[in-house]
Amino acid sequence: MLDRLKEPWTDRRAGLLLGALACFVLLVIVFMIVFVALRAWPSFAHNGLSWFSSKGNVDQQLDKMVNSGANPGSADYQLGAWPLIYATLLTTGLAAFVGLFFSLFSAIFIVEFAPNGVRRVIVPIVRLLAAIPSVIYGLIGILVLAPFVGNSLVSQERKGSVQYVIPLSGTGLMVAVAVLTVMITPIMIAITVDGLHSIPKPWKEGALALGVNRWRAMWTVTVRAARPAIIAGAVLATARALGEAIMISMVAGSKGFSPNPLDGLTFLFEPLRTLAATVVEDSESVNAPAMQASLYAMALVLLAGAFFLSLGSWFAKQPLKKYGTRS
Amino acid sequence: MATPTRPRSSATPLPPLPLPRTPGTPKAPKKKKRVNESIRTWRLTDRIGYVLMWAAGLTLCAIGIGILAFMAFKGVQYLRPDLIFSHPTVEPDQSKSGGFLDPLLGTILITLIGILIATPIAIAAATWIVEFGRPTWLARLIDSGIEIIAGTPDIVIALFGLVLFQQGIFGWMSFTAAGGAVFGRSFLTAGAMMSLIALPMVFAATREGLQAIPAHVREASYALGKTKAATIRRVLLPSVKANISTGAALGMGRIAGDTAIIVVLLGASLRLDPEGSIPFLRVLQGTGATLTSYVYNNSPAGEGNAPQKAYAAAFVLLLIVLGLNFAVDLIARSGKKSGLETSRLGAR
Repeated sequence: MLDRLKEPWTDRRAGLLLGALACFVLLVIVFMIVFVALRAWPSFAHNGLSWFSSKGNVDQQLDKMVNSGANPGSADYQLGAWPLIYATLLTTGLAAFVGLFFSLFSAIFIVEFAPNGVRRVIVPIVRLLAAIPSVIYGLIGILVLAPFVGNSLVSQERKGSVQYVIPLSGTGLMVAVAVLTVMITPIMIAITVDGLHSIPKPWKEGALALGVNRWRAMWTVTVRAARPAIIAGAVLATARALGEAIMISMVAGSKGFSPNPLDGLTFLFEPLRTLAATVVEDSESVNAPAMQASLYAMALVLLAGAFFLSLGSWFAKQPLKKYGTRS
Repeated sequence: MATPTRPRSSATPLPPLPLPRTPGTPKAPKKKKRVNESIRTWRLTDRIGYVLMWAAGLTLCAIGIGILAFMAFKGVQYLRPDLIFSHPTVEPDQSKSGGFLDPLLGTILITLIGILIATPIAIAAATWIVEFGRPTWLARLIDSGIEIIAGTPDIVIALFGLVLFQQGIFGWMSFTAAGGAVFGRSFLTAGAMMSLIALPMVFAATREGLQAIPAHVREASYALGKTKAATIRRVLLPSVKANISTGAALGMGRIAGDTAIIVVLLGASLRLDPEGSIPFLRVLQGTGATLTSYVYNNSPAGEGNAPQKAYAAAFVLLLIVLGLNFAVDLIARSGKKSGLETSRLGAR
């Protein structure tokens, strides 16, 4: 290969070779969708639309699949994955919602108001938060946050009030959302900062010249104009949160349970398990055919979700193009 | 020349980081205005927003410093040299379960495999898109394809790897059981899937670099009679070397920190567990563990439940990842803009 590189290339050959390697990427995507969909098919075929319903107890169904052996019957494929989907939507949505405000304010701070000294600290910190592996977030969540929540925030009465429904131990919705928010914030901040930078400065200066204060100029002119970038960043970060498996499986309590907002504050402490976390935790028993089909079906749902979120982010970013920014 | 001490320039959005080389032109006049004088006159909503913004920024700092300090404290507390240099053993008693030499080697191995596969493909794709890019629809398709890969959850990539490498033709990458079923889990298969994690980062960095090269550089090369291929090889690629290294280092950090693919695709063995008989390849064909899966298994969520070892391993992992990010800073010292370029954080 290296010898081939040394002899002079014709442009045509170089173009073809590079193009072929680039197309390899497309091939991978096609393969990914086809293979995952093929393996997922039995699960959808046996369940139909009730796959997305909450029919039966999802944990028991999964256990049954593990024990169903090499030739599972139709009943073994039965799955109502709604609790998992609901948990995914809940954690992702809450984290994205909290993260949106948090990162918007942080981005304004970084772009406009932070004194140079603070900025020199906060920018590396955002990069640090983006670089920390998810398993370390999970470790901190399960060894520090969860015991704290379980021992200090959840009172004995609260635990007693629901002990016949679901045991509360600290791991649950609140810890999951808190850690997930910290994980996705750096991406949102980066995209928001990018967007705020891309707004032509004279616009804000015009507002300042008209006599509004700096905050108002920032908020009503720059932030408003950068709205597409902010939304795009939020959507992209949501896609990240959607696929987060390891951290969630560590801190979310790992129960196929749907937290009920009507429970009041207890809602925040109830355990749950997302689609991605389920796939990671049950990947050991992936050789049981029924389990395999179910796990691949979940992966397919995640893939579709991530794809549509990427698409959404792209569409959200389009209005920015008219300012002649690069991305 | 002494670094110019600039007055706090809070009025301009992110001035380029003060390079020592820029002559210290006095920028005094407009910097006299202080925020604190005027904020009292602001409307209440504006003041609330302003306070919230400071709160958010300081919370972010506190979280980052808190995590770093906590991990450093736990790491220093629990990390012993013999943990790094001894093999792990499966043992319920924590004092006998050994260290994490094998997971450490596994992390290094998997990172190298992943980046070695990802870099050539990413560079080729980026070069083709920037320098050739015809037909346009194909270029656009590949561009968005890589964006889709960047957005795909790693757990989906892991499952995809499992089904892909369990096909018969990939039997050489892992090992084949007596019945003809391919196991599909090995360093090679996990590394190959890891390359998909790193690919978007190397691609984005390379493309950014190539696009930043002014057209006259290419034209000068053509004018000297070089072909396009020679221009790419002799002129363009050497000048984006720093970008490629940046992307590669970021990608390596991403690979070293990924857990889901390891859990699914590297088998569950704690030690390096070679398969087959060819000297070096047998390790690559075998299963093993990495620091991430070691931390995962030793956390209360896993089977090992040895938090002290998990902390120690997590600290080593954090050092590796931060070291790679620090390398990025060293490489990309020049031409840094805000330091928060989206391509650096894996979000494009």
